[in-house]
Amino acid sequence: MNPTGLRLALWRLYVALFYGFLFAPLVVVGVFAFNASLFPSPPWKGFTLDWFIGHPFGKSGVLLDPDMLGAVATSIWVAIPVAALSVGVGTANAFLLERRKFWGKSFLSVAMLWPLVIPGVILGISILAFASRIANGLEDALDTDLDFMRPGLPLVILGQASFIVSIATLVVGARLRKFDKSLEEAALDLGASHGRVFRTVLMPFLKPALVGAFLIAFLMSFENFNTTLMLVGSDSPLPIYMYGQMREGATPAINAISLLLVLATGILAGGATILSSRRR
Amino acid sequence: MSSAGRLSTFLLFCPAILWLGLLIVAPLVDMGALSVSERVSSDEFRFGFANYATFFDEPVYWQTFARTAVFAIVVTAATLVVAFPVALYIAKQAKGMGRVSLFTLSLLPFWVSELVRTLGWMILLRESGLISSLLQWLGLAHGRTELLYNNGAMLVGLVYGGLLFMLIPLINALDSLDDNLVEAGLDLGGSRWTVMRRIIIPHAMPGIVAGSIVVFMLTIGNFATAVLLGGKNSLWFTQAIYDQFITRFDWSQGAAFGFLLLGLSSVLVWLGLKLTGQNLTRSLQQP
Repeated sequence: MNPTGLRLALWRLYVALFYGFLFAPLVVVGVFAFNASLFPSPPWKGFTLDWFIGHPFGKSGVLLDPDMLGAVATSIWVAIPVAALSVGVGTANAFLLERRKFWGKSFLSVAMLWPLVIPGVILGISILAFASRIANGLEDALDTDLDFMRPGLPLVILGQASFIVSIATLVVGARLRKFDKSLEEAALDLGASHGRVFRTVLMPFLKPALVGAFLIAFLMSFENFNTTLMLVGSDSPLPIYMYGQMREGATPAINAISLLLVLATGILAGGATILSSRRR
Repeated sequence: MSSAGRLSTFLLFCPAILWLGLLIVAPLVDMGALSVSERVSSDEFRFGFANYATFFDEPVYWQTFARTAVFAIVVTAATLVVAFPVALYIAKQAKGMGRVSLFTLSLLPFWVSELVRTLGWMILLRESGLISSLLQWLGLAHGRTELLYNNGAMLVGLVYGGLLFMLIPLINALDSLDDNLVEAGLDLGGSRWTVMRRIIIPHAMPGIVAGSIVVFMLTIGNFATAVLLGGKNSLWFTQAIYDQFITRFDWSQGAAFGFLLLGLSSVLVWLGLKLTGQNLTRSLQQP
């Protein structure tokens, strides 16, 4: 395929425009975080760091705003158990699919992908309704309050995990499939116990995928909006908080938190990519 | 299998069954049951299809549903058209480092939260925004131009959100295309358009289908981009579901809407896979 002259130049121009399109929204978010104005829009009123660490226009910069910091803390509080749960269940799933033979295996391996083709909003409302029905039944039977079954962070954690487990299963499963079984057999032949082989041969091999899956799961939980929206109670994770601000017409504080988020995401995502794709 | 082996298989089964059973299957079954329960009095329900009847009787409901479906098809087609030349360039034209960096650059924006990307589009498109200012500065517009809160803004935002999920399967599919086939087609007198239509596009078909399915699914399930960029005019079906569940607290009506959306999504995914003879596992594992 060798387009020449004008044709190639036009093609390249298109590709360049495409990348401009791709990065334009991110660049404006970053730039207007430093605008000394009440609104994240032109005109440019000069460079300031107030939206990070000052008190511009009687408002608080993000690093001094208790509401904003609270939303970040809530997101982290949710993301860690989601990631732990997803990697735990995902690893068990990966071993089940890659290492065991049982009736109905091909069905189960497809079923494990279902959560990825169900819209997140639907996962949210179905878990909300189901948890409430159980809570209603149990509260009457046990004569007690089951607040964790009502909209709130425990339900957010379960809702997010419902589909992030699928992703963790794919990541860990892909790594496990590449494992050379003769290494395990050699270790067993040399007299190591099953437990020891697992600890000293299999786990070191899987570790990059486990760490990678944890970071991906953490990130997906941190950024999840659709499922979370349906399950939140009074404490809002960051995306829900940002959504509320953006509906009301936000100040550049929202740009500032976005920029910090982009930087943190870049570091996490970079780490996850390197760890989950590292070959031996 | 030894009894120890059987026990450990059983133990590995437990988390999978608990997860799929309690977080996916049971809630969906429950939602189905909820959607076919009619309110008789304030806290009394009986079996019936009133919620679905309401959907068809109220034009605003089924019109929102149809609009969402058609809009998502348009978004999917537009995403394909926008992404294809770029995917072809990365897969076939770019070489070495250029190729790696183009590919990596295309991934970066999608690690960023959907809310941040949407914020960017709001800053670009709003009445006091960057593009409006630019148009005035260039003398192309007198006064401010509101580009937000309309179909165009929603289309841009949703296509933007879908690009990555189209690009990766397309690049994967085009990667395996043998350059000699294209050369042969051209040598044998085929025009560039014929070669595109008869050789390149058929070869990219698995990628086109996989990408289109994912983009369509993500688009009809989208909430934040559609609602923030469309504003009051968005008329988006996930918003209708949200309103029933959270604002009106009419869960059985919301469940019926949820089931309709799930049905639409599943039917289109199934149809896309059937028409092209692919399966779900392969399509999802491709990226």
